[in-house]
Amino acid sequence: MSQGKTGPVVGQRTIGGYLLSLLAWVVGLLFFFPVFWMVLSGFKTEPDANGPPKMFFEPTTEQFSEVTSATSGLLSAGQAFANSFWAVSVSTIAVMILAIPAAYSLSIKPIGKWKDVLFFFISTKFLPIVAAILPLWIIAKELGWLNTRIVLMVLYTAMNLPLAIWMLRSFFAEVPKELIEAAQIDGAKLWGQITSVILPIVAPGIAATALLCVIFAWNEFFLAVQLSPSSGGATVPIWVTGNVTSRGNFLAKLSAASTLATLPVIIAGWLAQKRMIRGLAMGAIK
Amino acid sequence: MSLYYSFTKWTVTPPTPRTWTGIGNYTDAFTNIFFRRAAVTSIVMTVTAVVLSVLLGTLIALLLDRKFFGQGFVRTLILTPFLIMPVVAGLVWKNQMFSAAFGVLNWVLNQVGIESIEFATKYPRWAIVGVLVWQWTPFMMLIILAGLQGQSSSVLEAAKVDGASPRATFFQITLPHLRPYIELGVLLGSIYLIQVFDHIFVMTGGGPQSTNIPLFVYQRSIGGGWRFGSASAFSIVVVVATIILATFGLRVLSGLLEGEEA
Repeated sequence: MSQGKTGPVVGQRTIGGYLLSLLAWVVGLLFFFPVFWMVLSGFKTEPDANGPPKMFFEPTTEQFSEVTSATSGLLSAGQAFANSFWAVSVSTIAVMILAIPAAYSLSIKPIGKWKDVLFFFISTKFLPIVAAILPLWIIAKELGWLNTRIVLMVLYTAMNLPLAIWMLRSFFAEVPKELIEAAQIDGAKLWGQITSVILPIVAPGIAATALLCVIFAWNEFFLAVQLSPSSGGATVPIWVTGNVTSRGNFLAKLSAASTLATLPVIIAGWLAQKRMIRGLAMGAIK
Repeated sequence: MSLYYSFTKWTVTPPTPRTWTGIGNYTDAFTNIFFRRAAVTSIVMTVTAVVLSVLLGTLIALLLDRKFFGQGFVRTLILTPFLIMPVVAGLVWKNQMFSAAFGVLNWVLNQVGIESIEFATKYPRWAIVGVLVWQWTPFMMLIILAGLQGQSSSVLEAAKVDGASPRATFFQITLPHLRPYIELGVLLGSIYLIQVFDHIFVMTGGGPQSTNIPLFVYQRSIGGGWRFGSASAFSIVVVVATIILATFGLRVLSGLLEGEEA
């Protein structure tokens, strides 16, 4: 984006300009530091981590193997990652199945009152989950869904749906109308228009939307801890907090577990940062 | 459903029959000092975290809206905190940054001759706000950066030709242009931050200074109190407050959609 910018860039190639660049680097490194420190501590031994801050030490992967090995009676890493994997992937697929047609009917072939529909979707996002948690808990209990993956699959779908519809709508709205009309003139049926014209254009947008749903569902803790805290449905965030113990030192182990839990999302986010921010801004920013 | 429960007296454990109490739970909600404190905490935390992260985010966005070596890389670095799992963010800051014994922040303070402070227990509210600002500044920065980069360069050039100082250009052209983006950032930030639960849960578990409404409702019900009736009343109060916020929010969003054709 900024590469093509021709506007006046104040102070470039002057001493002030270099200082500002340096400042930007310092700010960037400061913001990143806690993450760097967490990863670093994951490779320390417990005595090294539970002491004065140390930059140089003998790295070990001992903590990683320890946190991933199962202890009986406790939530194992494998179980938590499996629960998260299922809750996240099923909910994301469900969101996409529901959101793509919805976005289509709100942008390319707008139904009547499409703005009202759009605002209805997003208004559900304004309600704090805390206000709905008690009824949800009671419903889940009645259905026998407490401590299962199913409850999280259903709720994560509901949680991500409004945002996904908004985000996809803004990507769909960018498909040039002329292209669709041209395809129509060429005799393409509705299905042909969708698969050969629309989908190739919006595919990157769909990927970014799905990724965002994955990130939100992966990081979610409030619903998970309230509705499925034990091993039948407990997800990765719950497993991370389980590494805090009152017995003995845990900092290095906690760091190792945190690193494992956050790494997938960090990498995914780095890869899709530009499209992602647009989704977070509910498609309001181009 | 929540509305119905809120008019009843209902404790799950020990199980008592649900009895109708009318508005009793509501008068409780407004007279309950703990609830009022939680409400104040919620408001103070949300407002300070949103304001600080918008301010910092704007400054950093201005800093990044220039061409320099490694621009994309620095942006990626700053973005990272936003991607961190909130639970992890809370734990890392509590144990490795704020901790009096081994925290990096206190180590830095010691180097300049200040004694260690156990931030998370001494200033729980501000410690949590600090972590929230760390996670949300990147978000604000990205929104505002998108706004800055959407500025038309011809307008900026015209201003320069007319002899406007950089300062005047910023306050009279850039800032008004950024206004909708800042509004959007404030709106989204408030929606998410009013619901903050994870950070508080792992950092303090809800002490007197840091229990906000979500945590308070949790403590009253699923977290051990099991008083579903009164907890429901508390959540209804939250809903009413949110509707007010949402009305404002929807107006901002529809302003952004203006001018877009169907």
